[in-house]
Amino acid sequence: MENPTKKIVIIGAGTAGIMLSNKLVKHKLDVTVIDSSEVHYYQPGFLFLPFGKYNLDKLRRPLSKLINKKVTHLRDRVASINYSGNSLTTESGQEVGYDILVIATGTHIDASATQGLSGAGWRKNIFDFYTPDGAMALREALQNFTQGKLVVQIMDMPIKCPVAPLEFAFLADDYFRKRGLRDQIEIEYVTSLSGAFTKPVASSKLGHLLTDKNINIVADFYVEKVDPEARKLICYDGREVNYDLLVTIPVNAGADFLHNSEIANELGFVEVNHGSLQSTKYPNLFAIGDAADLPTSKAGSVAHFEVETLVENIMRSINGQPLEESFDGHSNCFVEAGGGKALLLDFNYQTEPLEGRFPFAMFGPMKLLNPSRINHLGKLAFRYIYWYMLLPGRKIPFIPNKMSIKGKKQPKIS
Amino acid sequence: MQKEIAGQNVEVDAEGYLADLNQWNGEIAKAIASELGITELSQQHWDVINWLRDQKASGNELNIRKVGGSGVVDIKQFYQLFPGGPLKNASKIAGLPKPTSCL
Ligand SMILES: Cc1cc2nc3c(=O)[nH]c(=O)nc-3n(C[C@H](O)[C@H](O)[C@H](O)COP(=O)(O)OP(=O)(O)OC[C@H]3O[C@@H](n4cnc5c(N)ncnc54)[C@H](O)[C@@H]3O)c2cc1C
Repeated sequence: MENPTKKIVIIGAGTAGIMLSNKLVKHKLDVTVIDSSEVHYYQPGFLFLPFGKYNLDKLRRPLSKLINKKVTHLRDRVASINYSGNSLTTESGQEVGYDILVIATGTHIDASATQGLSGAGWRKNIFDFYTPDGAMALREALQNFTQGKLVVQIMDMPIKCPVAPLEFAFLADDYFRKRGLRDQIEIEYVTSLSGAFTKPVASSKLGHLLTDKNINIVADFYVEKVDPEARKLICYDGREVNYDLLVTIPVNAGADFLHNSEIANELGFVEVNHGSLQSTKYPNLFAIGDAADLPTSKAGSVAHFEVETLVENIMRSINGQPLEESFDGHSNCFVEAGGGKALLLDFNYQTEPLEGRFPFAMFGPMKLLNPSRINHLGKLAFRYIYWYMLLPGRKIPFIPNKMSIKGKKQPKIS
Repeated sequence: MQKEIAGQNVEVDAEGYLADLNQWNGEIAKAIASELGITELSQQHWDVINWLRDQKASGNELNIRKVGGSGVVDIKQFYQLFPGGPLKNASKIAGLPKPTSCL
């Protein structure tokens, strides 16, 4: 079932693009991946950088070491696609033809989407931690912050790793407590959604975490503009939130060439069939990872679960067979809860995060939706799994692609 | 769980969002709106509600920015029409699931 004459082009060599290209070459296909980056970052590590844990060199590796030698790596950025002509143009002006195209360009923060955000305060008292330089600049700002109000804030959904801002707030609480400064620092969590936890089971199980840690929450707050001089966020309904130090998750957007394109939505995310990952517009076009407009988390674990479906569907597409709609929205992630503990979530399109054990129904050892030390160690160990198993495209033992409901229980919601 | 809204028995979740968008109708919308303190649904309210339902039916995820770019209302008007939390309140009235993050 192989056809080496077909040319597969993947745009983006991030978590999804690396895994996919490494898997596809094993099927003896002609695979080209286009990305101008020389290195790949382990983004989950960005969460810890501001608190002085890890250094950047622990979180990055040259792409040449991560991508199989049989994959052609074109160091360039894609500028536009000619969908009906099956070709694309890069920023340096090269034209590249394809039989099957996969968009794996992820998402990036767009501070310019919010009035005042990228102005006078940016990287002075307004920071992000979704970029390596943002996280490092924030590290310095946190070190110098000894009193006042720290605001952790989300502009809009969807964002990649939707739990990261919450984890940041928990770790900030820890960080200032350890430095003996917590009494002088107010921490506030501001979100455009109705709360930090919006799903019933998680809200009832975890809602107390914020109160316990004395983190104030402001919900349903959609920022119209930032006033960097007065140091405040202004909501569309006139409410205001003051800050001394603002840690923001700006609007997340898809790659520039996808904006205003016929295959993507208004934020630049590619519209695909939720089960097969095929574009709703062109049959030889697919999207994977954060670049796709799927109603599940934008997370590396999700990209990992998607890969199997996509490899299968690319093979089917080449062989003229009907596609499988086998991706179920499975997402699996560790959430740092502070105090050296983390919780683990496992959910999909249909089932919200529930309590139980993982990956073995009765034995765990991970407990779902409950903070524990072993989950925290699991989160830290994940960096090794990422470099040595996930990216090379090896199977991770015991972690199924499809979510399993075994060992999970629907708790009573109080 | 079952709840009686506007004299009709419908399936709702723990927070009163309709579980099945096909059980929705105008009377239910009015009743949920009045529970949320919106005493009258104007044409503009209905335009937003219908737009949200159309989006959901075509499998599109909803967010405030998207509503603002819809051409039906801008975000300021959206907050005025559905005070408090416009997306969550408008979704509830439109018989759609609650807008959520991943947990
Ligand atoms: C702070 C933080 C914490 C996180 N924690 C977790 C976690 O605990 N668990 C988890 O599962 N996930 C986590 N994530 C999310 C995870 O890192 C991403 O979901 C994952 O990297 C998505 O993979 P991707 O391949 O879709 O995008 P990316 O890995 O971001 O890769 C996109 C690639 O596309 C390239 N690209 C963009 N535009 C173009 C163009 N025009 N032409 C060519 N190339 C282009 C970029 O250079 C980049 O290499 C976290 C993310 C952050 C920021």
